[in-house]
Amino acid sequence: MEESSAFVEFRNVQKSYDGETLVVKDFNLSIAQGEFVTMLGPSGSGKTTCLMMLAGFEPVTHGEILLKGRPINDVPPHKRGIGMVFQNYALFPHMTVAENLAFPLKVRKVSDADVETKVNRALEMVELPGFGNRRPAQLSGGQQQRVAVARALVFDPELILMDEPLGALDKQLREQMQYEIKHIHEELGVTMVYVTHDQAEALTMSDRIAVFEDGVVQQLASPADLYEKPENAFVAGFIGENNRLSGTVKEVDGDVCKVALDEGGTVNAEMVDAGGVGARATLSIRPERVELLGDDGTMPNCVLGRIEELIYLGDHVRIRMTVAGTDEFIVKVRNSADRRDLQEGDEMSIGWRSRDCRALEPIDA
Amino acid sequence: MTAAEIHQPETGAMLTTADGAPLKEALARAMRRARFRAFLLVVPLLIFVLVTFAVPIAQMLYLSIHNPVFSDHMPRLTAYFEAHPDIDVPGEDGFAALALDLAASKKDRSAGRVGTRINYERPGSNSLFKSGARKAAKFKGPPYKEKLLKHRKDWADPHLWNVMKRAAQAHTLGFYAAALDLTYDKKGEITRVAPERRIYVMLFVRTFLLSALIAALCLLLGFPVAYLLANLPLRYSNLLMILVLLPFWTSLLVRTTSWITLLQSQGVLNDLMVATGMVGDDGRIQLMYNQAGTIIAMTHILLPFMILPLYSVMKTIPPSYMRAARSLGATPVTAFMKVYFPQTIPGIGAGCLLVFILAIGYYITPALVGGSTGELISNQIAFHMQSSLNWSLAAALGAILLFGVVLLYWLYDRLIGIDNMKFG
Amino acid sequence: MKTMRVLSSTAIAVGLLVSANMAGAGEITVMSWGGAYTKSQVEAYHKPWMAKTGHKLKSVDSPNPSAPIKAQVTAGKVSIDVADVEYSDAVRYCDEGLLEPIDPKTLPAGSNGTPAEQDFIDGGLTDCAVANIVWSTIFAYDASKMTGAKPATMADFFDTKKFPGKRGLRKGAKANLEMALMADGVPASKVYDVLGTPAGVKRAFAKMDSIKKDIVWWEAGAQAPQLLADGEVAMTTAYNGRIFNAAVSENKPFTIVWDGQVLDFDLFVIPKGAPNKELAFDFIKFATSTKPLADQAKYIAYGPARKSSAAFVGMFQDGKTKMAPHMPTAPANLKNALVNNFEFWADRSSELNERFNAWIAAN
Repeated sequence: MEESSAFVEFRNVQKSYDGETLVVKDFNLSIAQGEFVTMLGPSGSGKTTCLMMLAGFEPVTHGEILLKGRPINDVPPHKRGIGMVFQNYALFPHMTVAENLAFPLKVRKVSDADVETKVNRALEMVELPGFGNRRPAQLSGGQQQRVAVARALVFDPELILMDEPLGALDKQLREQMQYEIKHIHEELGVTMVYVTHDQAEALTMSDRIAVFEDGVVQQLASPADLYEKPENAFVAGFIGENNRLSGTVKEVDGDVCKVALDEGGTVNAEMVDAGGVGARATLSIRPERVELLGDDGTMPNCVLGRIEELIYLGDHVRIRMTVAGTDEFIVKVRNSADRRDLQEGDEMSIGWRSRDCRALEPIDA
Repeated sequence: MTAAEIHQPETGAMLTTADGAPLKEALARAMRRARFRAFLLVVPLLIFVLVTFAVPIAQMLYLSIHNPVFSDHMPRLTAYFEAHPDIDVPGEDGFAALALDLAASKKDRSAGRVGTRINYERPGSNSLFKSGARKAAKFKGPPYKEKLLKHRKDWADPHLWNVMKRAAQAHTLGFYAAALDLTYDKKGEITRVAPERRIYVMLFVRTFLLSALIAALCLLLGFPVAYLLANLPLRYSNLLMILVLLPFWTSLLVRTTSWITLLQSQGVLNDLMVATGMVGDDGRIQLMYNQAGTIIAMTHILLPFMILPLYSVMKTIPPSYMRAARSLGATPVTAFMKVYFPQTIPGIGAGCLLVFILAIGYYITPALVGGSTGELISNQIAFHMQSSLNWSLAAALGAILLFGVVLLYWLYDRLIGIDNMKFG
Repeated sequence: MKTMRVLSSTAIAVGLLVSANMAGAGEITVMSWGGAYTKSQVEAYHKPWMAKTGHKLKSVDSPNPSAPIKAQVTAGKVSIDVADVEYSDAVRYCDEGLLEPIDPKTLPAGSNGTPAEQDFIDGGLTDCAVANIVWSTIFAYDASKMTGAKPATMADFFDTKKFPGKRGLRKGAKANLEMALMADGVPASKVYDVLGTPAGVKRAFAKMDSIKKDIVWWEAGAQAPQLLADGEVAMTTAYNGRIFNAAVSENKPFTIVWDGQVLDFDLFVIPKGAPNKELAFDFIKFATSTKPLADQAKYIAYGPARKSSAAFVGMFQDGKTKMAPHMPTAPANLKNALVNNFEFWADRSSELNERFNAWIAAN
C-alpha cells in the first residue's frame, strides 16, 4: 500500500475479544489533519472499540493503525501523545482541578513555571479561571466536563479523542457544550475523533461522520450527505426521521427507477442500492419533504393518505397518516401563516419529488 | 408538616409556617416522630449490645481498680487501717483485729481467698493465712500479738502489713502498677520489679510491634490479590473470592493441625527445602513454636480482613482513571503510583486498622504455634483469667490494651481521618 | 464476687439451653484432660456408672479442666458437674471457695473393709477433692532415633551436649523447676527446701536457661507423645500414662526414664453450684471405689489412689502386658522420685508462674 498523507489511518483493522466473533470487521478510515470526525452508531456497534484501539488501550487483532504515517500498533498509550476525554470524565478525585491539569505536564517534566501558565491558560479557555483549587467532586457536571476537555488539551496534543463525553449531561448543557467543543476545535485546529450514539450531536459538530453498525462502517460522509443521500436503509433509518414504504422495482433507467408499491400505485425514486428489476425495495422519504396537496396540486409522485393524528409542536405540525398500508407515515408541515386547517380523519393526496425518494435494499431482505 | 406554604416576611424576621408557628419548631416536631421511630428500630440491638458487651466490659474494667476481697472478709482490720493509716507494724490492738478476722475467716472458709489476695504481692502468704486462721480460731482471748507471733514470726513482717494495708483499700491502682511491671517495695514506694520478673511492658511492646508487622505483611500480600479480585472477570474473581474466604470456613483446629504439618521442622515445608537442597538435613529451619510461627499463622488468618476492605475500595475505582493517566502520558508505574494507589488509601487504612486491632487480641493462635518468643500480651491475660485467677490483673492488662487501641484510633483519625476509612 | 453476678445475665440464653438439656435426662457433665486418659476413664468409670445407674454422662475435654471453673462459678452459671484437676489446683480452688466440700466419711469403704480415710494414699483426700489416680511427670525418648548412649538420668535430659536435639516441656513452672534442680544434683528429698529459697529459684532457672533455646513447649497432655512421634523433639517430659499408651497400644519405640519423676494426684472436684450436684457425688463415690480405680489401670498406666485397689491391678487391656511395673508407684520406679508438694505450690505458684512467664517471654 502506498505511503499515506492522512493524519490518522485505519487499515483493514479487525478486532475480536474472544476469537470467535469480530467486533470490528475490516475497518478503513483516513482522517486528515485538523478534521473533526465522528464515529456514530448504536451501542455495541464497534465504535468505542475503534477509539480504544486508536488510544492504545485495546490491541489490534489484525490490520494497522497509522499516526502521521507511522504504525502505532506497538506504541504504548502513554507514548502516543493523544489527548482523551472519557465518558465519565475520569478526573482524578484525589487531586484538585489544577493538579489534574498539571498531571500530563508533570509527567512530561515541564518546569513548574510553565506548568502554572499552561494550567491557567487552559482554565481560561474552558472559562473556569479561579477553579484551580477545587476538587472535582465540588464541581457541577458541566464544569467537570470542561475540566476534562482542558486536561486533554493542556499538553498540546495534535489529536484529541472523545468517548461520548457529553452523555452524562442534561439536554440543554449538552447542546451548549457541543458548540463549545466545536469552537475549541476550530480555534486550535487540532484533529478530533469523537464517539457518540447521538446523531444530532454528530450532525452538529462533525466534518465527517462514520456510521457504524455491526462492526462495519455503513457510510462515511459529511453530515449533509449523510442526511440527504443515505446509502443504505440502515443509515437512512439511523440518521434523522424517515418514512418507509415497501415495493418492487419495475423499471430502472440510470439513477431513476419505478417502484410498484405493495398496496397499489407506482412511484418514481432515485435508485441507490436496491437490486435490479423485480427486486424488493424500501423507499425512504424524509417527513419534511412530503407535501400535502390541495384539490388542485400535483406532484411527480402522488398517493392517497388519511390523517390519524395531529401533533402540534410550535414551529411545525407533525401529522401521522395512513399511507399505502402503513399507519406510521409521518409528515411535517411548517407552521406558516397560510397553513391549511386540518382535521383528524381527513383524506387527501400527498406527494413528493422523485429525487427525495430513495430506493434502498431492504435491511432484512 | 401540614402547611407546606411558608411565609417569608420581608423584614428578615423569623420564618414561620402558614398558620404562624415558627418554622424551626414545626420542623423539629415533624422530625421528632421520625427519629423516635428510627430509635425504636435499633432498641433491640442496643439492649443486646449493652447486656452482652458494654456491661460485662464495664464490670471487667471496674475489677481492675476494685478488689474488695480483703475489705469484705477482714472488716475489723480494715476499720483499724482506716483509723491508723500511718502505722507500720501495730501493737496489740491491730493484732487483735487481725486475729478476730482470721478466726471469722476460718468459719466462713474465706481465709484462702484473703491469703490468695495477699499472695499476689507477698509470696508465701497463702499458707500463712490458712494456718493462721486455723490457729486463731482456737484463741480464747488476748494477748493476740504474742500468740500470733508464736504461730509464725512472719506476722510481724512490715512488708506483710504494708501489703495488707493496701489490700484493705478496695479501690486501688495497684493492679495497673503490676500490669506495668511496677510494684510497691517494702517501704510502700512504687518501684520497678526485679529485672527477671519484668514481662508485661515487654509483651505490650512486642504485641504492638508484631501486630504492626502482621498488618504490613497482610497489606503486602493482600494488595495484589485485592487488585486481581477487583479487576478479573466475574467468573474468575468469584473463584478467587472463595479462596480468599476459605480460612473463614475452616475451623481453627483444622488450620492449626495443617500449620503443624506444614511448618514443623520435620514438616512439609522443611522436607521440601531439604529435598531441593535449599537447606541441609541438619539445618532445618524452625518455622513454628517461635515468633515466625505466630507471624505466619496470624498473617494467614487475618489476610481476608485486609483483602476485603481493599477489594471494596478498588471495586469502586473505574479502570478509566488508569487509562486517563496513561493517555495523559504517564507510564504504567507512574499511573499506578500517582493515580490508582492514592485512591486505595481509605481501604489500606481500614484494612490495617482492622488487622492490627484483631491481631492485638489474638491469643489462641500464638499459644498454639508461637512457642515462647511468639507469645503476646493476650496470652498473659488468658493466663490470669484461667490459671492464676487474678482477674483484677487480667482486667488491668486488658484495660491498658484497650487504651492503646483507642489511642491508635485517635491518632489515625488525626492523621488520616476516620471518615476516609471504608470497610466495605 | 457480687459485681460479677450480673455477668450471668449475659449467659442466660446459653444457660437455658444447657439446663434444658440436662433437667429431664439425669445427665452429668464430666470434664477431663482428653486423649488416652479420658478414654481410660470412660472405660473404667463412665460406662459402668451409666450401666449401673441408668443416668447419662457427657464427657468433655480441656487442656486443663480447672481453667473454666472460676469463670463459671463467678458468673453463677456452672455447666460442669465434675472436673478432674491437679492437686495444687484442687487446693487453691477450694481455698477460693469455688468448689463444693466433700466429706470423706461419705465415701465407701475399701473392698477389704478399710474406711475410706485410711484406704486412700496419704494426701489423697482434701476438703473438696477425692483423688482417683497417682500419675507422674517423667521424661521419655524415641529409642529408634537415639543411637549410641541412651539417656538414663534427669541430668541427661538437661544435657544437650551429650544428647543433642530439642526438648519438649510442659508450659508451666510446676515439675519443670523441680526437675531442673534434680538435674543440677539436688536430691529429691531436698528439692522443695532448695526451691523455697531465692537462691534455689535462681539455680533452677539457671539450669532451665541452659536448654532454653532448644525447648518446644506443650500444653495438652496428648501433645507430648505427638512431638516425640513427629520427631520434633529428641526427648520430652510427659505424663507417664500417655507415653505408656503410645508405646504399648500404638507400638511406638518410646522409652520412659523414671529417674527424677514427679508424682502427683489427679482428683475429682465438684464446682460450686454444679447443676447436678447429687448425681455428681454419686458418680465420684462410684468412680473412686476400689474396683473402678483398679480397672482404670487396664487402660492407662496410672496408679490407683486407693491402697485396696492394688490387689486388683492385673493386665493391660491387650491381655499380655503386666501393669504393675509400669505404675509410677512400682518400687523400681521410685528410686529417685519426688512427690509434688501441693502446699508449696499453693503458696508459691502465682509468684513462680509469674516469674516463669517472664522468663519464657524474654528472648
